[in-house]
Amino acid sequence: LVIDSMASSMLSLGSTSLLPREINKDKLKLGTSGSNPFLKAKCFSRVTMSVAVKPSRFEGITMAPPDPILGVSEAFKADTNELKLNLGVGAYRTEELQPYVLNVVKKAENLMLERGDNKEYLPIEGLAAFNKTTAELLFGAGHPVIKEQKVATIQGLSGTGSLRLAAALIERYFAGAKVLISAPTWGNHKNIFNDAKVPWSEYRYYDPKTIGLDFEGMIADIKEAPEGSFILLHGCAHNPTGIDPTPEQWVKIADVIQEKNHIPFFDVAYQGFASGSLDEDAASVRLFAERGMEFFVAQSYSKNLGLYAERIGAINVVCSSADAATRVKSQLKRIARPMYSNPPVHGARIVANVVGDAAMFNEWKAEMEMMAGRIKTVRQQLYDSLVSKDKSGKDWSFILKQIGMFSFTGLNKAQSDNMTDKWHVYMTKDGRISLAGLSMAKCEYLADAIIDSYHNALLYWETPIEL
Amino acid sequence: MMATAIRNSASRGTMMSRQISGLRSMSSWWKNVEPAPKDPILGVTEAFLADPSPDKVNVGVGAYRDDNGKPVVLECVREAERRIAGTSFMEYLPMGGSVKMVDETLKLAYRDNSEFIKDKRIAAVQSLSGTGACRLFADFQKRFRPDSQIYIPVPTWSNHHNIWRDAQVTQKTYHYYHPETKGLDFSGLMDDVKNAPEGSFFLLHACAHNPTGVDPTEEQWREISQLFKAKNHFAFFDMAYQGFASGDPARDAKSIRIFLEDGHHIGISQSYAKNMGLYGQRVGCLSVLCEDEKQAVTVKSQLQQLARPMYSNPPLHGAQIVSTILGDPALKGLWLKEVKVMADRIIGMRTALRESLEKLGSPLSWEHVTKQIGMFCYSGMTPEQVDRLTSEYHIYMTRNGRISMAGVTTGNVGYLANAIHEVTKSS
Repeated sequence: LVIDSMASSMLSLGSTSLLPREINKDKLKLGTSGSNPFLKAKCFSRVTMSVAVKPSRFEGITMAPPDPILGVSEAFKADTNELKLNLGVGAYRTEELQPYVLNVVKKAENLMLERGDNKEYLPIEGLAAFNKTTAELLFGAGHPVIKEQKVATIQGLSGTGSLRLAAALIERYFAGAKVLISAPTWGNHKNIFNDAKVPWSEYRYYDPKTIGLDFEGMIADIKEAPEGSFILLHGCAHNPTGIDPTPEQWVKIADVIQEKNHIPFFDVAYQGFASGSLDEDAASVRLFAERGMEFFVAQSYSKNLGLYAERIGAINVVCSSADAATRVKSQLKRIARPMYSNPPVHGARIVANVVGDAAMFNEWKAEMEMMAGRIKTVRQQLYDSLVSKDKSGKDWSFILKQIGMFSFTGLNKAQSDNMTDKWHVYMTKDGRISLAGLSMAKCEYLADAIIDSYHNALLYWETPIEL
Repeated sequence: MMATAIRNSASRGTMMSRQISGLRSMSSWWKNVEPAPKDPILGVTEAFLADPSPDKVNVGVGAYRDDNGKPVVLECVREAERRIAGTSFMEYLPMGGSVKMVDETLKLAYRDNSEFIKDKRIAAVQSLSGTGACRLFADFQKRFRPDSQIYIPVPTWSNHHNIWRDAQVTQKTYHYYHPETKGLDFSGLMDDVKNAPEGSFFLLHACAHNPTGVDPTEEQWREISQLFKAKNHFAFFDMAYQGFASGDPARDAKSIRIFLEDGHHIGISQSYAKNMGLYGQRVGCLSVLCEDEKQAVTVKSQLQQLARPMYSNPPLHGAQIVSTILGDPALKGLWLKEVKVMADRIIGMRTALRESLEKLGSPLSWEHVTKQIGMFCYSGMTPEQVDRLTSEYHIYMTRNGRISMAGVTTGNVGYLANAIHEVTKSS
């Protein structure tokens, strides 16, 4: 056995071996076929021997940080307290706090099963019927950008995958261009741009003083960005704050983006799920389309059709000409091919079947209204509970002004910790709660927890709070 | 400049927007975007579909067809879908995908009672079929071994080049196909393996090499493995045809088993596109054999970290089909039967094609048609000959002369043989 000082930092003998594992225990295979002097022998005593061994290729690899949101669900699962409440979950739950599969989805799947659809590869750009449908849902059937074939649409792996395709396109054709993302935004946005090697910076968005939109800050930061920057906008139901610009504010945002020759980039993950109306939730996107601007829109059907697991979405690039759209589409395909070749068929077929049948489409709209309605109802109930229980005169109306699955409570980290540690309410540390995980029955309890955390958390915890 | 002025005035209202549209096309953001070249493989099918000729034959894309030229959904898959229907809550899978599916998939590659599985030494995640597995590995290689290169055989599936290029990993090639013998250039391969810097990364096709159908023999694999050991190279196996090549999954995984026995820590991309006919569902698995459980957990966390900004978590439906089938002994038995039927049909068509060409009195040797294995046959035809096949006979294949045997039927093998004979007889 050769002891090599460089390799002596290597592990003591363990389970690894470059040798066949079923070697005779009393035989050391040194120098088999090649002339590799660094062989590690199996040691059957408890004495640790440092031996020369090639360092593992993966030696320097450290554990990736845990996902901040998944960690919440895990902690919730481990909690045995019967009052516990999981408001970290980003998936819709019924009043009974159960996952919900839409009836139209079940119907569509049964149809597909009965028809015995084949499982052939989709084209790289995805299912044609889905692509047509998704653009029409977004812009409205018959919209000029569709009629004039100015939209390049390709099926993507839900919102994430669609965003990533666009990010890769930006990296390839807009070297050095920056994406501006809201402060805060969905945690995975920065990961997507980082991995796509697209530089990004933040524009002011959330104002903790008002628990509302820092509109002046937002406009100023967009104005200040170098001309031709990409501005990432949440089409509706901003994640994580739930705070959306008003229609008047959207007009001003469009003005300043046009003025600075920026490129809008919409993330539309909640169309229909926010207000209950597909058209209403697409208003911001349609405003920009009216302006004749060129822009990106990423779509997801995870929430509005409950198709979380099937990864169905689309990237749309509105171009100024049909020719540009054709070229852009071909380049998006070229990015997708070495990522996954062609997208998964199941979710795309479900969407196409649901929207393609008038009865199912109407039923879908009704189910969406129901989901959005439940969330609006718990918002109201939570607000009512807070107002009736909190005697401090604090203005809780921000809860009603916010929209969509999430609500920024305005609680800071210490206060959020109190929610969890004292009240067994699980949420993310930025003060975000998922209203999708709240039932009417739990609103009073939650109100108690929020009031206590807001007013008293600073008294409970000695560590200084950074506000 | 005029466009700028108009843009500025547009910000004061939307009334001019319609007039703007036409002018903005002068200043589109996308002026520099060229139309992308057609994908060589998928472009063939597009052209085939557009052809109105009743005689047309598609031996382009690698998707299995039955003897009537029809796509096939396996009976075990249909049954699995019936069982799954209505049972899912559609909730997000974890970033690493379906644990059940991954577990079953590792058993196929590493063996049911593999010690590596028992010792939890394999970092494995569900992937978007074989493409997704290769891409995740390429990105992983780039991130943690940024100075490394990937050695790719000549020829290979064209998308391999795209994958490692987009992952920004430098590519090198190694000899593989021997045009003179239409077989393996074994000495060329071994020379390249020997001359590569120690610790290089190599892409190997575990079985049924795409596009040539030429595989090393078992003895050759053993020699390759020994040389890899001497050079401390990393072997990354792309296994897209397990079971589909010979009809026997264990046999098709022999190359991998040899490397494992010899102590290599390998990486594997597995796909269910062909062997379970799940093409459009995009189901596969990436695995990396590590030193120990701790390292496997670490590597897996990093693979997930790469997947998250690409698609967050993989699709459920296909994974459910796979785990339903492989988790039920009866369904698994049915699958094994069905995959053998597919493999046998292809082997039968190879024989039929070769015999037809020989009966036509072709001056060339077509021995390679039956020596090669798997879905593809590297015919040895030139691009010009392929072009003639298409323009004169409406036969569609990739211009490298690759024939997808899955597209050959008892109904068209005669027509195909005749056409090939016509374009090659004078060469």
